Amino acid sequence: MKNAITDSLIITKRQLLQLARVPEVLIFSTIQPVMFVLLFRFVFGGSISTGQPGGYVQLLMPGIFVQTVAFTLAATASGLAEDMKKGLIDRFRSLPIARSALVVGRTLGDSLLNILVLVVMAAAGFAVGWRPTASVLSVFSAFVFLLLFGYALSWTGIYAGLAVKDARTVQNVSFLITFPMTFLSNAFAPTTGMPKALQYVAEWNPVSTMVAACRELFGLQNEFGATANSFPSQHPLITSIFYMVLIMVIFVPLSVRKYKNSSN
Amino acid sequence: MKSIIAQNLVKTYRNGEVKALDDLSLDVEEGTVLSVLGPNGAGKTTTVRILATLLKPDSGSATVSGIDVIKHPDKVRELIGLSGQYAAVDETLTGWDNLVMFGRLYHLGKVASIKRAEDLLERFSLTDSARRPIKTYSGGMRRRLDLAASLIVQPKVLFLDEPTTGLDPRGRQEMWEVIQELVKGGVTLLLTTQYLEEADQLADEIAVIDHGKVIARGTSDALKRQVGGERLEITVENADIARAQDIIARISGSATHTDVRTISAPVTTGSIALMDALRALDEAKIHPLDIGLKRPSLDDVFLSLTGHVAEESEAEPVKDKRRGKK
Repeated sequence: MKNAITDSLIITKRQLLQLARVPEVLIFSTIQPVMFVLLFRFVFGGSISTGQPGGYVQLLMPGIFVQTVAFTLAATASGLAEDMKKGLIDRFRSLPIARSALVVGRTLGDSLLNILVLVVMAAAGFAVGWRPTASVLSVFSAFVFLLLFGYALSWTGIYAGLAVKDARTVQNVSFLITFPMTFLSNAFAPTTGMPKALQYVAEWNPVSTMVAACRELFGLQNEFGATANSFPSQHPLITSIFYMVLIMVIFVPLSVRKYKNSSN
Repeated sequence: MKSIIAQNLVKTYRNGEVKALDDLSLDVEEGTVLSVLGPNGAGKTTTVRILATLLKPDSGSATVSGIDVIKHPDKVRELIGLSGQYAAVDETLTGWDNLVMFGRLYHLGKVASIKRAEDLLERFSLTDSARRPIKTYSGGMRRRLDLAASLIVQPKVLFLDEPTTGLDPRGRQEMWEVIQELVKGGVTLLLTTQYLEEADQLADEIAVIDHGKVIARGTSDALKRQVGGERLEITVENADIARAQDIIARISGSATHTDVRTISAPVTTGSIALMDALRALDEAKIHPLDIGLKRPSLDDVFLSLTGHVAEESEAEPVKDKRRGKK
């Protein structure tokens, strides 16, 4: 057990070393979300009116945070698929290490990268007027919450990476899933403008519940989310926790099993 | 004592459509080198992957150092090293990073991992490029680093899967020297290759496999005798054919075979026979268009053992084949 933990941490360290050796990856993975912050703040911010003090950027930031951590799925999946293709997975599997170490290490590594990206984004948001009004503890717990969401999605990424096995394909597939999910939600615009049926989809979308939960924790009214008056929009925090647990319960065993059998 | 024993291994892919291993059995005496020789798709990699615990056979059994690879893969992994076309290193990291990481994954501890990495880099002449990402390495350097990574904990049994495929002649030569050095250290080695010459250089024994079966087994000399050894081959002008045939027959001591203007005959003395032939032809004022020694190739081995040439078959998954080639 002790070895399983140290093995995982060594794999995590490998990912950090990769970032140190190829800093471009780190630069681009932080530039993109910052670009999103600026684009949405200044392109849409003017046209979407909100009743919130502080304006659109207050509602936007939770949305963008959730979108960014949702993309962890693609990062984990393509990273793992790349390792498979290069044969690295075989090397690791021929070593006397815990079988879970490689996947656990990778999910941890991707979460560490998320911490960094979230810090940079928060700074960018702050620079363009984002001011959470809740207590420090509440704001901090929102970030912990975001990291947990990213971590849960990382496990779906592990499964996708092992199933698809080609980095580029799996990246495209992941974006095909995460893009509609982040836009078919309350993240960037009110759901009230959508057709009624889509409003329900948007309400139940984990991205919406995550965004709504973060908004609450940052001290905002979740004004976009309540349109359909459904359970998730009333109780976003509980629903989000339920979703995370559900994802983990399904995908952790599934991914570990897939990994064990990956070359049979 | 046998270090590696594989018995009646069967492995099929795509729900039984493709038979990669068809009742394959082999064994390797401790401290010796067995070369598994065969064309692409013959089942070489599948065999190595099963023995190295990466793949479970559909049926059959295998042991490494007496330990069952299917029942106790974890114990086997502590004893083996694996390197070759599929086992790999992290290309974005430096050679040093990689070796230290693998040392830590073998639970050597930080200090010992660093020490071991530095020793191995020195031993494989990679110290100068230790701090460069593997991406920048030449093919030969990359293979040497890969090999180094499989030697971190002095394995008792080493598997090298086509260690020189894709290397240029110089890289191949360097790799052979490194492997020969290792063998002197007493490791048991199972090496797969597509090159008869490589098997000849490195192995005590050769197992020829085709369509997932061992079709011949023996020392390099024994196999060559079976295949036929070197042949002297000469091409001359039409007018000189008859006289050249006499000369070649005299040097060879055996019957010659003539195909259009090319005359060939088996020889046992190699380059000496070649020089004798050149001298004799010169005295007879015959100017050959082409002359040389022809060594039996893998194709010759296959032709004589199976009656068909070593064609590419589809017996291994396409993804696996693609990986090794760069």
